[in-house]
Amino acid sequence: METIMCVVIGILFAIGTYLILSKTLLRILLGISIIGHGVNLLIMTMGGLKKGGAPLLGWKEYSFTDPLPQALLLTAIVINFATTALFLVLSYRTYEELGTDNSEQLRGYENE
Amino acid sequence: MNNTIVLPIVIPIIAGMVMVICKNMIKLQRYLSIAVTLLIGAAAAFLLEQIKREGVQTLYLGGWEAPFGITLVADMFAVLLVLTTALITFCCLCYAFSSIGADREQHYFYPLTLFLMAGVNGSFLTGDIFNLFVFFEVMLVASYVLITLGGTKMQLRESVKYILINMISSSLFLIAIAFLYAMLGTLNMAHLSVRVAQAGQGGLMTAVAFLFLIVFSIKAGLFLFFWLPGPYSAPPTAIAALFASLLTKVGVYGIIRLFSLVFYHEPNVTHLFIGILAAVSMVLGAMGAVAYWDIRRILTYNVVVGVGFILAGFASFTLEGMRGAVYYLLHDMNVKALLFLLGGTIIHLTGTDKLKEMSGLIRLHPQLGWMFFLAALALSGIPPLSGFIGKLFVTTGTFQAGYFWLGGIGLFTGLLVLYSVMKIFMQVFWGYTNYTAETEKGTTKGLLWPLGILTAVVLFLGLGAEALSEYVDLAVAVLSDPRLYVDAVLSSNL
Repeated sequence: METIMCVVIGILFAIGTYLILSKTLLRILLGISIIGHGVNLLIMTMGGLKKGGAPLLGWKEYSFTDPLPQALLLTAIVINFATTALFLVLSYRTYEELGTDNSEQLRGYENE
Repeated sequence: MNNTIVLPIVIPIIAGMVMVICKNMIKLQRYLSIAVTLLIGAAAAFLLEQIKREGVQTLYLGGWEAPFGITLVADMFAVLLVLTTALITFCCLCYAFSSIGADREQHYFYPLTLFLMAGVNGSFLTGDIFNLFVFFEVMLVASYVLITLGGTKMQLRESVKYILINMISSSLFLIAIAFLYAMLGTLNMAHLSVRVAQAGQGGLMTAVAFLFLIVFSIKAGLFLFFWLPGPYSAPPTAIAALFASLLTKVGVYGIIRLFSLVFYHEPNVTHLFIGILAAVSMVLGAMGAVAYWDIRRILTYNVVVGVGFILAGFASFTLEGMRGAVYYLLHDMNVKALLFLLGGTIIHLTGTDKLKEMSGLIRLHPQLGWMFFLAALALSGIPPLSGFIGKLFVTTGTFQAGYFWLGGIGLFTGLLVLYSVMKIFMQVFWGYTNYTAETEKGTTKGLLWPLGILTAVVLFLGLGAEALSEYVDLAVAVLSDPRLYVDAVLSSNL
């Protein structure tokens, strides 16, 4: 199971990197979002996938899944969600204000 | 258990929330934000004395003892930084009163600054690596909004880059944490330190250490600083000064904390690499500072040089080097805030940031000129000002460790830094005065006294270094002997 997850994570990272390297702001945002999902899956896989019962005190006979990565995951998802939303609004505003969403034209100083 | 530790994080958050509710009461927001910085300063000073008497202080949040719950840890190094943060935020806020403009004030400038402060203080005080990530994000989200606040074209253009690079580095941070957790099964930094010491810092562990180094290098502007000059020159002066003196330093703090507490077993690999990165960023930063002819650019490139120099001291991993790094870090935070505020005042007065279009400002603004002169000398480490003592220790440390090239580059780039700021001083303040009080674009009314406070601190850090040495020594003691930190956190269940 972990192997399949690793392949999936790899594919997500590849797609995300490809999208980040493109020029349109929206595609870059999608890329970051996909990498964020890859990272979330990675955290979950790193804690070990389902190996037993729920981590409850009464269930001592089972070995149980580590619940901590899932707590981390939840925090990471919320933060990722908030920053993505912020960036989405910001890139729309930038597009309105500057009339372009091409990162090539967002350089600023010429000789850099 | 010491409940004072949580105050520097909780006070600004509560005050910030109150301010969001009282959106239109600008007067109240001003007084409240000043009160918050003073309170945090007092709390930090109180903690400073307590740590001096009783050693490293800890707080187990919710009563969950380490390593199970989140621990807040206040050692001398962190609390010194919290105190400096409070001081700088105080000065930047006072400067903002008469410069930021009613529009930004009404759109949550004060609460955002306090949230930023909460994030910075939290990053300094936390003892849990995932919690460090969360506080980084608190700080970054506040900074995202602060950098776009006002929505001028330049701000929007630069903030897109700033947010992008930080989102990517946050993803890397999470990846590094995930790997670390998979290998060691804990997130508490003291516990991490114990586990790494038990398991040995093998190749895989060092690889994860490098991943952390990349993350913090992006945030600190160490070597990977290509994103830094643009965003740091876009926002208004008070915000830019906050960014320059606080945000990069949190990245520096991350590097110093992790590589002194957790990944300290292979200094020949990791610390040497930090030294190389520091050398490269000092050289490149100095080149940028020398090459440009507008004030904002010169100052932002100087931020990079400063970060490089602090970490050069740390990279030597000797007692002297780390003492220098701590001194220089405190100095750098103050002097960068001061220089950014001074530079912003000059731009505010002349209406341009091109050096070649200014001259002879000293006739109309002698105090400004002298303060800039002092700040410039302090920045390049001329005795008896604040940069000197740090520079002395860093250089001694690098020489002791045998990294002569590193110390040499540090001294040489110091000269280039001096040239770059003297260039500003000579162009702006000397020469024929082509302004009169009428043709100026702005006034210095209300702007000078926060600058005066910072200048006084710069003088104090230089002349009063002896008074500070006791505290810095305690900070260095914890950095050089991680057992002090670990014992304080895990004392109850080891």
